[in-house]
Amino acid sequence: MTLSGAQALLESLKCEGVEVIFGYPGGQVLPIYDCFPECDIRHILVRHEQGAAHAADGYARASGKVGVCMATSGPGGTNLVTGLATAHMDSIPMVAITGQVPTGAVGKDSFQEADITGITMPITKHNWLVTRVEEVPEIVKQAFYIARTGRPGPVLIDFPRDVAQATLEFKYPEKVMLRGYRPVPKPHPLMIKRAAELIAEAERPVIYAGGGVIASGASKELAELARLIHVPVTATLMGKGAFPETDPLALGMPGMHGTAYANYALNEADVIIAVGCRFDDRVTGKLDTFAPKARFIHIDVDAAEIGKSVRIDVPIVGDAKAVLTELLKRLSPMEHPEWLETVAGWKRKYPLRYKGDGLKPQYVVEQIYEATQGKAIICTEVGQNQMWAAQYYPMDEPRRFISSGGLGTMGYGFPAAIGAQVAKPDAAVWDIAGDGSIQMNIQELATAVVNRLPVKVAILNNGFLGMVRQWQELFYERRYSETDIGRGIPDFVKLAEAYGAVGLRVKRAADVLPAIEKAMEVKDRPCFIDFWVNREENVVPMLPAGGSIDQMMID
Amino acid sequence: MKHTISVLVENRPGVLARVAGLFSRRGFNIESLAVSTTEDPTVSRMTIVVGGPETVLEQISKQLYKLMDVIKVMDHTGDPVVARELALVKVKAKPEDRAEIMQIANIFRANIVDVGESTFTLEVTGDEEKVSALENLLRKFGIEEMVRTGKVVLVRGAKAT
Repeated sequence: MTLSGAQALLESLKCEGVEVIFGYPGGQVLPIYDCFPECDIRHILVRHEQGAAHAADGYARASGKVGVCMATSGPGGTNLVTGLATAHMDSIPMVAITGQVPTGAVGKDSFQEADITGITMPITKHNWLVTRVEEVPEIVKQAFYIARTGRPGPVLIDFPRDVAQATLEFKYPEKVMLRGYRPVPKPHPLMIKRAAELIAEAERPVIYAGGGVIASGASKELAELARLIHVPVTATLMGKGAFPETDPLALGMPGMHGTAYANYALNEADVIIAVGCRFDDRVTGKLDTFAPKARFIHIDVDAAEIGKSVRIDVPIVGDAKAVLTELLKRLSPMEHPEWLETVAGWKRKYPLRYKGDGLKPQYVVEQIYEATQGKAIICTEVGQNQMWAAQYYPMDEPRRFISSGGLGTMGYGFPAAIGAQVAKPDAAVWDIAGDGSIQMNIQELATAVVNRLPVKVAILNNGFLGMVRQWQELFYERRYSETDIGRGIPDFVKLAEAYGAVGLRVKRAADVLPAIEKAMEVKDRPCFIDFWVNREENVVPMLPAGGSIDQMMID
Repeated sequence: MKHTISVLVENRPGVLARVAGLFSRRGFNIESLAVSTTEDPTVSRMTIVVGGPETVLEQISKQLYKLMDVIKVMDHTGDPVVARELALVKVKAKPEDRAEIMQIANIFRANIVDVGESTFTLEVTGDEEKVSALENLLRKFGIEEMVRTGKVVLVRGAKAT
């Protein structure tokens, strides 16, 4: 079959099972875009390339498949950068395809030329500049394989226009040959044995689970482990939903804005079973005082994460599901009644709570939880909205909490929600947003309207860049330098309507639930709800950055 | 503590940038770096000398393995190795100093590979200490320019590196 490079690219994507591409056309991707009318891959036209990258990312997180985005050369590619960095930090499988100026023009500062492989080197798992049309099928095959195996991550293929126009005899390779890539090491039996021994000795064990559990599809095994040996589980922001948060053994999130009881449990634990997580500074605070009494078992598919921050007693390099399956075979049922009672005491004494009157952002999240019966896909922006969403919307299943954890990208949530809604057309998809974040990618309203995507956006509108304001209040003597954005905030209701979406406004607590219910009746277009919440509400508990547990502010 | 590591990589454009970029963005300092092709034309060998504690070296090695183009990473700390570097030294050679410079070159088995009106260029091969010792001895005559290749290493005996 003789195909052009562009046709071969789309054919290769089909061979990989790609159903949808989020993208934006431009000069150097014209040969590829010219193929879309005849191609049965759905193309979703975004309004900014950053939106394409986040939508592909949200699609990947909600579906577990590889997300695909496309942009033209130069500014098209550079606009993907934040999205790639976001996916890279959170280990999300994604393939980005960029156009590039023709091979002969590369390196000559041509119009709309940017060295996108150079630019994205540190924020992709791997990238390619295609130089010969014959390489296309093999590179696509490798790209998907690398993106989804081992520790997943984004990759980028840069496609010069002349390569897209050249022809080749198309044949899709069956196997990937990569001698420098060993994605999933087999877990070491001796380490599994040592882990089982350490667990058997433990009196105050805690499971600390991260996004790796979700990436690996190991939720079932994790729950089996927790229930077999009766161990409380704290799951990170990235691991939210990996273990059912309504389970009595669940501790919620650890770290900076985690629950007090999760942090107390980690602080008192004698054995910590860390699964698919990376001891991020937002979890550990000051490393010297993190979990001072614990010995650590660390299970991760990425050997470089083990021992990177914390000294590990039992390192196990391997896929979480495979390791937990092996570990379960070596464990017998255990009880830790005293320890669980201690933990329950902390839960009773320091529950998540908020006080005061008015329209509370936490209350809004709780009401969304009630109205959606905990079954929604919740995307978040970054900042206070993200933390309140994490705290007040317990998740019982994986792949339903979608948030930029590592990079902390404002403007992520709305396009990610669009991607999630495309992946799960029947799901209730909510973006819990702030008035600052939502303005960073608000142009994607058009994308959602045109594609009739009923994404709901709950804007917790406090007229501040709230999390930064909170830090200014606590650590900079309330000097609110450049964080009061109240004066320039658009009328979100009118703005939604201007795009052809539905806009609602809520100023009183009593109107919260009716508005949410009204939004849920909208099935054919996006809906913004502008909640005018208390302006200076803080996220608590809070462990100051680099702090230790005795500095935790509980309320 | 200094470590010498050999990194076998795919012989492709951009690989050096990936390896060098990894060192700089993770804050690892490269003391010397030598790159060339090997007996297998698809494979290049990088010999990298890095400073830092054991934990840093372990992290470097693990991060290197995450690069798709890296085939193998070997730390030679504690291995019996043949380690050499080559230096070219252009030194001022006044008529009254020429004999002494030639004597020094002789002792170090260095070759005088260029003679100019006022300079000699010496070529010396050896381990780091030897090259440094020669450099120190020549300094008093006035070193005009100098270039060192960086260390290259193979493990002694039949064991492959």
